[in-house]
Amino acid sequence: MSSKPVMAPSTDTTVSRRGFFMKLGILFNGFAAMVVAVPVVGFLFSSVTRGRASGYLSWVPLGRIDQFPEGETRLATFRNPYVMPTDGKTVDTACWVRRIAADKFQVFAINCAHLGCPVRWFQQSGLFMCPCHGGAYYRDGSRASGPPERGLFEYPYEVKDGVLTIQAGQLPTPGAAMASLCTEKPPCA
Amino acid sequence: MRIIKFGKTIGEWFDHRLQLAAPIREAAEHPVPRNTASWFYVFGSAALTVFLLQLVTGILLALIYVPSAGQAWSSLQALNHQVELGWFIRAMHGWGSNFMVALVLIHMVQVFLFGAHKFPRELTWVIGVFLLLMTLGMAFSGQVLRFDQDAYWGLGIGASIASRVPIAGPAIVKLMLGGPIIAGATLSRFFALHVFVIPGMLIAFVGLHVLMVLKLGINEWPMPGRVVKRSTYERDYHALTKSDGAPFVPYAVWKDLFFAGFIILAVAACALYFGPFGPTGQPDPTIIQTAPKPDYFFLWLYALLSLLPPSMETPFLLIVPPVAIMALILLPFLSGEGEKSWKRRPIAVLTVLLIAITLGTFTRMAQFAPWSPHMNAWSGDPVPDRFVHGTTALERQGALVFQVKQCRNCHSLGDSGGKRGPALDSVAVRLTNDQLIRQVIQGGGNMPAYGNNLSPAETTALVAFLESLHPPGQAPAQDASREVVLGDRDHKEAVAQR
Repeated sequence: MSSKPVMAPSTDTTVSRRGFFMKLGILFNGFAAMVVAVPVVGFLFSSVTRGRASGYLSWVPLGRIDQFPEGETRLATFRNPYVMPTDGKTVDTACWVRRIAADKFQVFAINCAHLGCPVRWFQQSGLFMCPCHGGAYYRDGSRASGPPERGLFEYPYEVKDGVLTIQAGQLPTPGAAMASLCTEKPPCA
Repeated sequence: MRIIKFGKTIGEWFDHRLQLAAPIREAAEHPVPRNTASWFYVFGSAALTVFLLQLVTGILLALIYVPSAGQAWSSLQALNHQVELGWFIRAMHGWGSNFMVALVLIHMVQVFLFGAHKFPRELTWVIGVFLLLMTLGMAFSGQVLRFDQDAYWGLGIGASIASRVPIAGPAIVKLMLGGPIIAGATLSRFFALHVFVIPGMLIAFVGLHVLMVLKLGINEWPMPGRVVKRSTYERDYHALTKSDGAPFVPYAVWKDLFFAGFIILAVAACALYFGPFGPTGQPDPTIIQTAPKPDYFFLWLYALLSLLPPSMETPFLLIVPPVAIMALILLPFLSGEGEKSWKRRPIAVLTVLLIAITLGTFTRMAQFAPWSPHMNAWSGDPVPDRFVHGTTALERQGALVFQVKQCRNCHSLGDSGGKRGPALDSVAVRLTNDQLIRQVIQGGGNMPAYGNNLSPAETTALVAFLESLHPPGQAPAQDASREVVLGDRDHKEAVAQR
């Protein structure tokens, strides 16, 4: 005991006035940062949160059904329902419309189910082919060959007063919610 | 004399306030081992030079470029055709980008082979790994700012890859695109990344990287047998700079200066000779007659995504990049000591060679893209004469079916047509009549089934044509048991006639 010096009132147990104000100042700035962080983070993630709240999908018309002859597959375009003033041409979207019977349709996304390149329809061989990595699909959109693991994405459709409308508004990607909207097709056309 | 004296006075006035002259002189004249004054040690400073060049040309481009999805493409056209020398600045920036990626990679390989990532330069290496990732980030975001068809569909590919992340995938896609689709917000956020966020981080990290080179010293020329030990290395290094050292300026710096000048001229020469990159067609998603391809340094990925088995693709994309980045970061901690010289590190040399050859092969393959169907081959590449010369009416009808049903998009004849499927110049040697019919109707082996799209007559004609495809002196394949089992005399005669 005697070898140890007598402890003076330690500096780390008492809080000086300045030290207290510094800590208070740091706390105050932390609070200010949090107040600002809420709108900053909200802004940054608005494209995600908006998709959750009201959603991006809505019903858009593709045109009168007599534009699409029975038994054929035609290219159609629509304007994406969610538009910003700087979007230019990018909101115009293409899709493939296959009319099976009078009121039976299939509307395929233009994007390959592999990595999203635009697929092209070949009437004679009844195939959709992708120029990027060589994915191919049968006329009903089911996978024929190549790297895609599934068939083409399909838009839900409705025929109202002779007008074909689809539910669209979101880039179809293999993992996106839209993929779950579409049911898998049997493997062969 | 008076002017020089005046200049000196002004200099002293500033330095009295800034106090920068002494540290700058100290940094410039710090002693480096004499053997580091080598042409092998110039790639880092050359990468820095090109980065500075990119900053300058980038700012110049920003004077004209409009980061709006509706106008970006036309502003690039204006740069190419309307603004004086705009094409040259675009070309410098594009070629500068390629040079920068190449120099960063070469610098990295040199550092690794010379053991410069070992103690005490581990953190310099780790920051270097981040600099590589940022450089690649700049290359990708730069390709997006060249807002053309390739950029548009390239973003779609990026989104499709990002969407495969479990659970968070769809949210990541919307965050990346700034909305539900590739549109104005997408371009704007890639502009912010390319012009503010990544360059800001690059400047900070390059500063740290260079500071650490100054503080820790340039890696001495590796000698086989001179082994790095944590306990002795720094003492030995300082002894070396004392016994066999020379001031960095001017002893070693002149080689950096010459190489930097050469690189700037090389970028300018490429820009002048090859011109700017694109833009290709307008970023209009309703124009679907396009075959997007990534820029040079991402071609290997394009090849990989075509050649991987479909079921392995998602696991590969989600697992391999993080593992590769972690391996690069951990490398100096796992091999922080030991031999530096490549002459005593065969596995290191083989690893570099393996990676280089793999990436090189994939890149080369992606330039030909044999996996992509030739979308216009069926209407654009006729069946070469020699394949229909002296054929029967049925076989000619088959050649017509072959053409009209777009078989040519994936199969070549006489070297024209797609390479997705095998060339069919001598298919009759490989497959018998029955096998051909089965393959056409049922597909398989990565070929679609054509059963629903060919009438029996068309199939018969097509197979007759395919059976005629064999070299003159070589008989077509035939099922030896057929004649015995079926007593198929007609078949035998038919074969004998050929």
